[in-house]
Amino acid sequence: MEYVLLFHVLFAFCLVGTVVMYTAFALGGPATKQALFVGDRLWDVGGLGTLVLGIWLALDDYSLFDAWILIALGLWLVATFQGMQARFAYQPELAEGPGPPRATMFSPTTFHWLRTVAILLLLLDMIFKPWA
Amino acid sequence: MGVTLLAANRLGEWELPLFVHVLGAMVLVGALVLAVVYLVPAWRGGSLEGATSGFRVLLYAALPSFIVMRVAAEWVADKEGYSDLPDDAIPDWIGIGYIISDASGLFLIISLVIGGFALRRARRDGGMGSASTRLATVLVSIMLVAYLVAIWAMTTKPG
Repeated sequence: MEYVLLFHVLFAFCLVGTVVMYTAFALGGPATKQALFVGDRLWDVGGLGTLVLGIWLALDDYSLFDAWILIALGLWLVATFQGMQARFAYQPELAEGPGPPRATMFSPTTFHWLRTVAILLLLLDMIFKPWA
Repeated sequence: MGVTLLAANRLGEWELPLFVHVLGAMVLVGALVLAVVYLVPAWRGGSLEGATSGFRVLLYAALPSFIVMRVAAEWVADKEGYSDLPDDAIPDWIGIGYIISDASGLFLIISLVIGGFALRRARRDGGMGSASTRLATVLVSIMLVAYLVAIWAMTTKPG
């Protein structure tokens, strides 16, 4: 199980890696094609990996219905949704093909900061395990 | 969710330093990845903008997060009582963590000094030398591999 934990933690590092990269973009760093590609792939791999291995670990040591695990799953969904919106906001062609970008009431950075908060809460939940 | 297992069987007082340590480490690794993503094209194409972005990430994200990670590591070690142990009683996984963090701290400082001088020269002469960018990219890549080993040591706890 320790290697499941190792890869689970590595996938969590991937998620935070994406958050760090998009934070750089939000603060004025160049959102180059390569940087967006790497950031998005880290998010894809990290998101799937943390979920699958997290459920594996939860089934082994805890219950899926423990409050802190349900909170984690909820935060994971929120972060995934916000992450998709941030990705589409930075790369509108991914959402709707070629053409002018869709008008949105939120700036790209809004979605990114919401995702950042969700990931931070997720990490807090993982370590403090409320109601465990 | 697995991070929780890192904290399993620990008293409540250890959770905050552990959270700060893990968060610092995660931001540090993310910053190093971003620095490589900016520096590699700069090395290949001699782009001043890419090199500047890469070194800025090292200065404004990697260095502060390294300090946070390292200070919080001492905080965790203190809470767990490892700080009071004689050197030969310290578990291997903690020793691995110390060696990697100290060496990578040195690599980070070297990368920043190289980058600082290279950017200064580039602004004066109007071109980015590839040798300094290449060296910094190699150092940062070595740090990333070392941190993979550190994450392995922290999660599987050998010895």
